[in-house]
Amino acid sequence: MLNLTAVDWLIMLLYFVFVLGIGFALKRYMKTSKDFFQAGRALPAWICGLAFISANLGAQEVIGMGASGAKYGLETAHFYGIGAIPAMVFVGIFMMPFYYGSKARSVPEFLRMRFDEKTRALNACSFAVMTVFSSGISMYAMARLIQVLHVFDGLFHALGWAPEGIFTFSIVLSAVIVLAYIFLGGLTSAIYNEVLQFFLIIAGFLPLVLLGLRNIGGWSGLKASVPMQYMHEWKGVAHASTNPMGIEIIGIGMGLGFVLGSGYWCTDFLVIQTAMASKNMESARRVPLIAAVPKIFFPFLVILPGLLAIGLPTPHTTTVERNVNGMIVRETTVVPHNVEEGRGLVPAKINPVTGMPMLTASGEPLLDYDMATPNMLLHFFPTGILGLGLTALLASFMSGMAGNVTAFNTVFTYDLYQSYIHKGASDRHYMAVGRWATVGGILLSIATAYAAINFNNIMDTLQLVFSFVNAPLFATFLLGMFWKRATGHGAFAGLISGTAAAMLHHGLTLPIEARPGIHGGWLTVIHHYPSDMAQNFWGAIFAFGTNFVVTVVVSLATKARPESELVGLVHSLTPKPPKAHNVWWKSPEALAVAVLLMAVALNIFFY
Amino acid sequence: MSLDLRIPMGMMFTLVGMILTAFGLATRGSAIYAVSLGINANFWWGLVLLVFGVAMLMLGRRSQKRLVSLPPEKVAEGDVRRGH
Repeated sequence: MLNLTAVDWLIMLLYFVFVLGIGFALKRYMKTSKDFFQAGRALPAWICGLAFISANLGAQEVIGMGASGAKYGLETAHFYGIGAIPAMVFVGIFMMPFYYGSKARSVPEFLRMRFDEKTRALNACSFAVMTVFSSGISMYAMARLIQVLHVFDGLFHALGWAPEGIFTFSIVLSAVIVLAYIFLGGLTSAIYNEVLQFFLIIAGFLPLVLLGLRNIGGWSGLKASVPMQYMHEWKGVAHASTNPMGIEIIGIGMGLGFVLGSGYWCTDFLVIQTAMASKNMESARRVPLIAAVPKIFFPFLVILPGLLAIGLPTPHTTTVERNVNGMIVRETTVVPHNVEEGRGLVPAKINPVTGMPMLTASGEPLLDYDMATPNMLLHFFPTGILGLGLTALLASFMSGMAGNVTAFNTVFTYDLYQSYIHKGASDRHYMAVGRWATVGGILLSIATAYAAINFNNIMDTLQLVFSFVNAPLFATFLLGMFWKRATGHGAFAGLISGTAAAMLHHGLTLPIEARPGIHGGWLTVIHHYPSDMAQNFWGAIFAFGTNFVVTVVVSLATKARPESELVGLVHSLTPKPPKAHNVWWKSPEALAVAVLLMAVALNIFFY
Repeated sequence: MSLDLRIPMGMMFTLVGMILTAFGLATRGSAIYAVSLGINANFWWGLVLLVFGVAMLMLGRRSQKRLVSLPPEKVAEGDVRRGH
């Protein structure tokens, strides 16, 4: 049972006060639309770097990585190693010069400069929609978690309010706070709060990992308590049947690393906007590299709680019989059914109708892995530091929303409003539009959050749609930046066919334990995958491949733009930037090598 | 941007650190620490956060002072603001 005391509330309140305070303090620096949407392009590299990784650290990552750790073990670290690190190094060294050097104000704007208007429109529209929905999903997930953990129950009880209002209260509270600090301080506010959130997550989770490890007997104790495959990242990866995630090395390498990882880290304006806010080109190139360093070590912070949760002994209803002054006293500690049927601290999912645990296809109880990390917090933290842990969780939710909202207001104002609705207005006008777009974006997010209550599978459906749209993106940017012959027609056709390929692949394949529907196979099933991760990865590979081939073919068949127009946008037509310092070890290239070496070392250590 | 993030961030962590340390001191030996393996988590972690917060504050203040002591920036030609 969750008992929050005044200290916990005080810490939470303090955080909200500072978040709003930073917004207010920044308001007077918001003089132009460049200040508001692009943080004036004046921020130091370390701030942008930490915001870069933090933009990706929404609670879905924090909770999701804990859930994956509980379900699959250390193999989840693949998401970091193979997926993110090489992509971040690539975007910093090779792509930043074009993003930053082109002076594009958003990723879709870069596409207009490099390709043509219709490619920009396609990307801007799909991105705007996805980012608003993502924000709504974040809101929904946070409100649900607050409900399930009974965070506000005590408060509502004390105030005499009905507990049914907790969901709405959480949504409105988060919406109002995020709206306020972005309205006031724009991207700078979002970035500053993302950095604050980064440190807060460390502050909240590091003590949890330390306590958990100490409790279970250190690293060797953990090894003894969980199945052996959980502790290895790479062993058994040669074939799908020998590792918990059911994927083979080509699937992992290509799917995860190249396509999904790069698709996100190299093209998603949500993260790219933090790098484009840097004060100069050198900084902009270093930002993703700086971000890669904590990214290498973060697995420990967010995956280990999941592993530890599974490793702990499962609570059971016990009766203790004692002899007190000649009387026999029996004390029974009753453990709820769903907890007993679970594993460790991870409860089973209970069918609300029958009251019995839900079962997987093999007859095992279906576990609610999302509860791994929150239950760890409740299990180990006394009041006081518990408030800190919960604040860290709330902070990560809100910061995920904020990143999406700032990306939305920029793309809406510059790529949709300014380009198609009202060109040539004053800078002040666009700033006002940006502020109103923030309001609109938040309202749409709230609507999405409420829709998610009524439509059971909406989160999964939305995320499926996002994967269809994201998977092919990287091929377009790769060809755009490194092949001067790529044309707008090619890019446009490539994007559409890539998404179509992703959808087709999904409709024709099915993971083994699932039924046709949202998991795939809605056209007809011609292939089974051992897990839905494997299906995702292969879908990404098909989408990327299709986009690549179609873009090349259509580009060769259409007229290319004169090379003079593409200077600064394509690698072969851009003069190399002069080396800005004498010290070789400060250059982005040296940093990149260091990052890659660290990542390899870590992978070897956890082989 | 003239607001160095390290100042408000340092302030926040210093305050949180002070609160946790004080609370930890006030509740030493209490039963609430059974869950955290008998360790007074509030006190010790509060100290860590306090140190971190103060370090951030000092870094931020030092950087702010350095900026103030720099010669004023030259305004670019043609950047004259017309009064409203």
